[in-house]
Amino acid sequence: MYLDVIITLLKIAIVFGFVLNVAAILSWAERKQSAVMQDRIGANRADVLGFRIFGLFHPIADTIKMLTKEDWVPPAGDAFIHTLAPFLALFTALVVFAVIPFGDTLHIAGRDIPLQIADLNVGILFIVAFGGLGFYSVVLAGWSSENKYSLLGSIRGAAQLISYELALGLSIVGIVMAYGSIELDDIARGQGQYVLGVIPYWGIVAQPLGFILFFTAAMAETKRVPFDLPESESEIIGYFTEYSGMKFGAFWMGEFIEVISVAGVVTALYFGGWQIPFLSNQGVFIPGLFTIPLPHLLVTLLQVSAFGLKVLFFCWFMLLVRWTLPRFRYDQLMAFGWKFMVPLALINIVVTGLIKYVF
Amino acid sequence: MKIVGHNLTTKESFYFFEIAKGLWITSQHFIYNMYFHIAHLLGKYPEVPAAVTLQYPEEKVQLSRRWRGRHRINARPDGSPRCVACMLCETVCPVQCIHIVAGEHPDPAIEKYPVSFEIDVTRCCWCGMCEEACPVDALYMDTGKSPEPGFSSEDLLYRKEQLVKETPLPGCQRSLNAPGQGPMEANPLGL
Repeated sequence: MYLDVIITLLKIAIVFGFVLNVAAILSWAERKQSAVMQDRIGANRADVLGFRIFGLFHPIADTIKMLTKEDWVPPAGDAFIHTLAPFLALFTALVVFAVIPFGDTLHIAGRDIPLQIADLNVGILFIVAFGGLGFYSVVLAGWSSENKYSLLGSIRGAAQLISYELALGLSIVGIVMAYGSIELDDIARGQGQYVLGVIPYWGIVAQPLGFILFFTAAMAETKRVPFDLPESESEIIGYFTEYSGMKFGAFWMGEFIEVISVAGVVTALYFGGWQIPFLSNQGVFIPGLFTIPLPHLLVTLLQVSAFGLKVLFFCWFMLLVRWTLPRFRYDQLMAFGWKFMVPLALINIVVTGLIKYVF
Repeated sequence: MKIVGHNLTTKESFYFFEIAKGLWITSQHFIYNMYFHIAHLLGKYPEVPAAVTLQYPEEKVQLSRRWRGRHRINARPDGSPRCVACMLCETVCPVQCIHIVAGEHPDPAIEKYPVSFEIDVTRCCWCGMCEEACPVDALYMDTGKSPEPGFSSEDLLYRKEQLVKETPLPGCQRSLNAPGQGPMEANPLGL
């Protein structure tokens, strides 16, 4: 009983330790990666006793700056909701990771430990629900700031949510049909099968169109370029105009955590979760030829690190997209969401259904 | 006003292919630069730059030989300025930042010398016309320095005593004679 609690707490510590640390490093990676993409060097001046370690002190310097700045609430605004909004932003982004499986069931000392914090029956619905709830932080922040531009930003955020949430949900339906479950660990396990004996049956193989739609809609959920209409720092500054200090920092970190969450969800749904091709619980195998047995602990360790690497890859990829594309115009965004992505998502469902029916 | 319309072709209207093209360009840059950043860490290919950035206070660009910086007055071997107070630079200066007071030089071959020579650098527009007008190898802008900020206009008034101590930037010297060298004759052009 107590052991179960301790194991769960350990899992929480590992997963959220990973997410929060990667989020801090992403703020560094964003500067550095954009610099490398644009033939620059990037932030490298934060200096502790002559050591610069590629600018890795910058996240620490940022945090110290944020924590020591004045925490200001607009006098005409609603102080309670103004304070609540950044917490919502952080919480909704973080909690998604509770249902993402980061490894297969671990058998150790006679116990079966599922490597997932909360094995919910409605895993996918949970992710969609909290993805949508995240926009409450945008709406509340804009409304409670008593500032026209903040309000404009949050209205844009709400409009964007409605345009994309539908396509997001519909694109997941394809995955649910392909693997016949809405539990994330079942889906991850289902991706360990092989098509024609050699091609891993990952989500991207089963649902190539669904992957593109889901990834686009999920990028829109992170509220980053090219879908940063709620923020639009060049036009309206955005829903956090009236935020300062660590409250602003919470929005900022929430954005990075959302990137990691989306990367985690994409990995779990479309890129095999913790699966490594041709590595099963028995060991490495070439289909129909031979198997090299590996110890269970090593296999689990490999799978968990594979999951971590896939998540990091998608973080990298989303930063690449963020630093490549310009922002959508408001009407383009609406047209793209409603006239393009929603019909495509519906077509995807029909085609998936037909394929399921025929085979 | 001409409104430039751009109707998307069918392929472009799908966004996907164009986005993939753009991502390919940026990732090419990323991979190329990252390869050389890592190679530099390992001490390989130091001659291939991985970024166009110049780390400014530590690294500086090689200035052009024609770069116009702070003024200086060339010195004779005895340390006095080569200026003969001919007033050409003061006359040609478009912003009237040079003020010369002429006096009689004891050497009849030289005739005149500047009793005071001031450049009001707050007015200077760095056009370089004084340098071109100078007939006697005296006034040059080849120090390679920018004016330093000062707290009063007095700090930004460069006087003869200060100007004559300046030296040309190595490799950028435009004067015929280095400060304190060359023949004593003040007027090589025979003025």
